[in-house]
Amino acid sequence: MSEIDLAPLRTAIEAYIPLGRSGLLPALHAAQNVYGWISEPVATEISRSLGVPLVDVHGVIEFYSLFYNQPVGKQIIRVCTDQACALKDADGVLRQFCSHHGLEPGQTTRNLALTIEASPCLGLCEQAPAVLTTDGGQWTIGTGSSESNRPSSMVYGLIRSLTANCGNGITSLASYGNYPALAKALGMTPEEIVDEIKASGLVGRGGAAFPTGVKWEGAAKAPGTEKYVICNADESEPGTFKDRILLIDDPHRTIEGMLIAGYAIGASRGYIYIRAEYPYILPVLEHALNEARETNLLGENILGSGFSFGIELRLGAGAYICGEETALFESVEGKRGFPRVKPPFPTTHGLFGKPTVINNVETLCNVPLIISQGAAEYRRIGTEKSPGPKLFCVSGDVATPGLYEVPFGVTLRELLEMAGGVVDGKQLQAVLFGGAAGAFATSKHLDVKMTFEDLRAAGLPLGSGVVMVFDETRDMRDILKRLGHFFAHESCGKCYPCQIGTQRQKEILDRISAGRVLEGDLIRLQDVGWTMTDASLCGLGQTAASAVLSAMKLWPEIFGRIKAEG
Amino acid sequence: MKDEIKLTVDGQEVTAEPGKTLLEVARAIGKEIPTICFHEATTANALCRICVVEVEGMRVLQPACIVEAAQNMKIQTRSEKVVRARKTILEMLASTMDLSEAPEILRMMDEHGASHERFPDAERREVPVKDDNPMYIRDYSKCLLCWRCVQVCADDVQYTYALSFDGRGYETQIGTFFEKSIPETTCVLCGQCVGVCPTGALKPKREYLLEQGMSPQEISVLNTGRKKRTADKRR
Repeated sequence: MSEIDLAPLRTAIEAYIPLGRSGLLPALHAAQNVYGWISEPVATEISRSLGVPLVDVHGVIEFYSLFYNQPVGKQIIRVCTDQACALKDADGVLRQFCSHHGLEPGQTTRNLALTIEASPCLGLCEQAPAVLTTDGGQWTIGTGSSESNRPSSMVYGLIRSLTANCGNGITSLASYGNYPALAKALGMTPEEIVDEIKASGLVGRGGAAFPTGVKWEGAAKAPGTEKYVICNADESEPGTFKDRILLIDDPHRTIEGMLIAGYAIGASRGYIYIRAEYPYILPVLEHALNEARETNLLGENILGSGFSFGIELRLGAGAYICGEETALFESVEGKRGFPRVKPPFPTTHGLFGKPTVINNVETLCNVPLIISQGAAEYRRIGTEKSPGPKLFCVSGDVATPGLYEVPFGVTLRELLEMAGGVVDGKQLQAVLFGGAAGAFATSKHLDVKMTFEDLRAAGLPLGSGVVMVFDETRDMRDILKRLGHFFAHESCGKCYPCQIGTQRQKEILDRISAGRVLEGDLIRLQDVGWTMTDASLCGLGQTAASAVLSAMKLWPEIFGRIKAEG
Repeated sequence: MKDEIKLTVDGQEVTAEPGKTLLEVARAIGKEIPTICFHEATTANALCRICVVEVEGMRVLQPACIVEAAQNMKIQTRSEKVVRARKTILEMLASTMDLSEAPEILRMMDEHGASHERFPDAERREVPVKDDNPMYIRDYSKCLLCWRCVQVCADDVQYTYALSFDGRGYETQIGTFFEKSIPETTCVLCGQCVGVCPTGALKPKREYLLEQGMSPQEISVLNTGRKKRTADKRR
């Protein structure tokens, strides 16, 4: 092998050296942009420069799907094969790419020009089948004739408050306005802001539905002067794409929400952690942050208030688990994305062990609304227990998939009618609620109101707002098989129930899908599912069987009778 | 004692000092809670989840090795949920790796009525033995990823940083920098990792060779390499 010229690497990672270990992911991304992959001498140089043990650099590269320690193609075509895309013949699209280039999925051409990979959900579910092609620092979305370097945003619904600026391209600072909610907030005390957020009844929109005001209060009261605000933009739940649209069309709303959070808890630094499958959002955010800095809405002594706040961007590298808050901290700290045991909780021991507020993009986008109009006005829409607007990511077999903003409280039937109903006049078979970590509903749930309280009563999770529709012709066993593969691919491997359970679940679901069920598979699947649910360390394992267990209740007949009959 | 904590374990009222884990509390009253990854010398990470117990009011089972006793806590160490989780975890382990040299886990399986054949057609983690240094061998077909070796090699004991992880999820394996052989890593052959390995995945080379049927005489002949190297250097 010829000697690798390390000079371009040194230039590329120079900015990250002062960050030490927390500069590891950015440095690895920079290295990969230069060389296409991370070779031993490159990893060694990064280890030396950042002061990270060699083996830890290796462990980090190994953890993240989108870091490569072997040569890959200059161009990489990633075809999403998760649920929503599978309905639109993603397998066929992948096969076509492969046969056209004479490759198998996961293979690279001999001249290192091209790699083709099957990918977990790319967050482009409403425009399925989704394909993301990267080429050095460039990317394109879509197949053949419909290629673009920016995904289109299809936004509908009954109201447009969170999505007021979505659907018409990027909103500049000038058209967004100079953070009026922040200006108002800076005239309030931090306690007043926390009280306002608490009074609004806002709960987290990332899936866990934790009360935002309580979280902020915890971090505000936690001892210490070094605190952090993190925007969790690692949107990776299959079927979810709302944060992508909020960030790419209206980046300032999220930034303003972070600033208000920072002021409220007494933090001076924040991070936006974006999944690597959204590379096209990075330049949009970089530009928006610059606009804010140039207008003194970000940086030192903001608007003469004495409040200072800086924001750094962090790019993930292909790991669903990093959407879990403590795994995300580990990732920002330059480690493998292993979730931490809780307690202690992030509000007291978060990023770098310091008090931290971590909120989802959509949650943060509610903050300027609440501060501008006041909690009482904010609560005028939605229900008593689920106030405010909500985004639903509607995909699958509906006439008009897209992002729907509605007040909490519309029924599933109303939402599906807005989306034009089941496509081609077919009957509804099922709706996957809340994503891969969610549960299935059927037509008997059509009149359930979409609120936290009503869905909970119906045994359905709201999760991150996924509403994925399957018509009567769909083979649910294939859907379940893909869920199984997704979790087995994304388990971090830390705790045993999830590390082994997701693998065994996948194997059993593969058999069910292929009609090769073994005696006892049904009980086996249940025991694995409940063990993961009850005993896993983090939310990934605790929900990795959620959809499967709900399907077993709804359609016992699709599991396991094949062998017995034969 | 002033700040004593009162709690109940399987209906039995117990008092404990603040800061004691549920595992310590249970063991103090003679209630056995099984553990696999837990080791006094390493930071408890609650990986194996075999020590989980049911705590009233908690949505999910709690690992006794790290959860501290709290005032008025009610815990059950052998509820139906707990037993199902432990048994299934043990059965899944047996379907994954070679437990033949992990007598404690085999005994746990017997106690829980866990079957070795519960998961037919399961993909096992099988890799060839790595025999690349004079001190110890690495047989990762026996590795159950308790993390102890990585921990003692790093901040828990030795600060050597020779070991980390390859892969992720079920594909996870203990690994070195770009799969280097042990002599090419930062390893100082301290042997701490061998000492804490619970399954015989890490084993002294001599023990391994004896098991392979070599005689002590044959093994000592292998060690003459050292003499020769010294001689070479002098020349």
